Amino acid sequence: MSQLLSRTDQPAWWRARSGSNSGGGTALGLGLVTLYLSLLVLIPLGAVVWKSQSNGWSGGWHQVTSPQAWAALKLTLTISAGVALFNLVMGTIIAWVLVRDDFPGKSVVELFIDLPFALPTIVAGVVLLSLYGPRSPAHVNIAFTRTAITVAMLFVTLPFVVRTVQPVLIELDRDMEAAAASLGASPFVIARRIILPNLVPAMLTGTGLAFARAIGEFGSVSLLSGNLPFHTEVSAVNIYNQIQSDNPVGAAAQSTVLLAIAFIVLFALDGLKVWGRRRG
Amino acid sequence: MSIAVRNVTKTFAQFKALDDVSVDIPTGSLTALLGPSGSGKSTLLRVIAGLDTADSGTVQIEDRDATNLPPQRREVGFVFQHYAPFKHMTVYDNVAFGLRVRKAGKAETKAKVDQLLELVHLEKFQTRYPAQLSGGQRQRMALARALAVEPRVLLLDEPFGALDAQVRKELRAWLRRLHDEMHVTTVIVTHDQEEAMEVADEIVVLQDGRVQQVGHPHEVYEHPANDWVMGFLGPVTHFGDLLVRPHDLDLAHEPSDDAMPATIVRVTRLGFQTRVDLDADGEPIYAQLAREATDRLTLDPGTQVHVRHARGEALPPSAPDSVPAAVEEPLAAEAQSGRAQVR
Repeated sequence: MSQLLSRTDQPAWWRARSGSNSGGGTALGLGLVTLYLSLLVLIPLGAVVWKSQSNGWSGGWHQVTSPQAWAALKLTLTISAGVALFNLVMGTIIAWVLVRDDFPGKSVVELFIDLPFALPTIVAGVVLLSLYGPRSPAHVNIAFTRTAITVAMLFVTLPFVVRTVQPVLIELDRDMEAAAASLGASPFVIARRIILPNLVPAMLTGTGLAFARAIGEFGSVSLLSGNLPFHTEVSAVNIYNQIQSDNPVGAAAQSTVLLAIAFIVLFALDGLKVWGRRRG
Repeated sequence: MSIAVRNVTKTFAQFKALDDVSVDIPTGSLTALLGPSGSGKSTLLRVIAGLDTADSGTVQIEDRDATNLPPQRREVGFVFQHYAPFKHMTVYDNVAFGLRVRKAGKAETKAKVDQLLELVHLEKFQTRYPAQLSGGQRQRMALARALAVEPRVLLLDEPFGALDAQVRKELRAWLRRLHDEMHVTTVIVTHDQEEAMEVADEIVVLQDGRVQQVGHPHEVYEHPANDWVMGFLGPVTHFGDLLVRPHDLDLAHEPSDDAMPATIVRVTRLGFQTRVDLDADGEPIYAQLAREATDRLTLDPGTQVHVRHARGEALPPSAPDSVPAAVEEPLAAEAQSGRAQVR
């Protein structure tokens, strides 16, 4: 009705205005989002990248490949990848148990899964240090070892795969499995050819997110790992130390590398989603 | 007997889905399990397929005790209400699944799948994913998938429930033709009495987990075992103390011995038939008249008429085999609704 009115009974200037009204609303929203993202994300990220090459790109790269920074980067990527893969398996199993099994205290377990999300990571560090540190009540002392880094990263990345796989598993049509069974498929074949292919996109998304989270982990790792150069110093701590020792260019260069890796992972995840959607 | 269900009982928590159910499904027949929701019809189908296990009782398939067999070994084709397509597989891979599980050869699989896709008119869609198909196409794909492994019995759970009316009618007729060509023992679950009467050779009427009546569609319609079955299978109205079909009521202007007087309240023309609402001594009843009768009578609200039951005691009950069942008579529903007569 209002459309009808605007077409016929209203003056030309109003028609022109109202005609572009919806477009104007979209433009305003888009502008706001762009501004916000620019101030909050794009400009700071740009500044870091800019800073990293203030001594030229080769200068920045030289900083990244300095023995201590390079060792930190290799350590970070190796442990993060291992942690992400471990999460892929354990997270999927946990999601499966939470969706398909019923047991007393299930809601409590659900709550604990989210704890690493809610907890400040430094608190996680304190918790882990008091349990697995030099004064461990269980006499398990892993402080200042690479195991400590692994444990800390496992703790903070626990929810990712669980929380991406769980909803997909809930939505998964149980009749698909029944159909496969009545067509003669064994439980193993059903798991491999029916369930797994439907979970793979979610499993990989969760793993990617866990990896991206792990490479940037600082709080929980810094307390327990001891930050020994060439041994237990991760990139995030290395960046912090470079700032402390007044080497902002080195810090920015190292940050740019982590940024690039995180970007690549996110891009890959996006591609995965498109692929998953195409297959319905 | 292709399927013999004996004294099956199944309880979910507090709810008794099946209560001492015994049913025989003859080889090569198309049987409908008909009942309202919660009557246990779907549960019975799942118990036959082994997707649910009975608390007690036995299931025989082709003279083999299947009570404790897993679904994998029952040689049953199951078509789910929402088709349960393998949505990560193409149409071709969906249909080929059962054959591949059985480690059939590549050439053999391809020949069989091609043949089935042609049968269900999906040859052109074999590289599509289920999400790219319409409801009717998905349904036909599910049927081809179930038929691929050459099951001893084909079980369909509300196969047309999620389709719109037009597609539903087409698929129904198509399924009936398919069955007449293939002669696979088929059991179809439905809550739609018209659907059951149109496709089935035999109808098993279920209510509250119990079998109410088993018989040919015509038999169940004309000689319902009780008032509930009568009411479930078609429209009913009252004639005195009797529960009758509104199209079995005749109207006349002249009184007769077996007629009772009533006043016309409302006349509604529904295409080829007319619904006449009446007030019979305070009780609202209605009659359904054929066009020819409508034309002959003066039907004005407020007019007094005389109502007579056209199929009173005088008529002998018809023997089931002397009556053409819905099998030979695809327009059974139409034939029944055209039965109203007026003298």
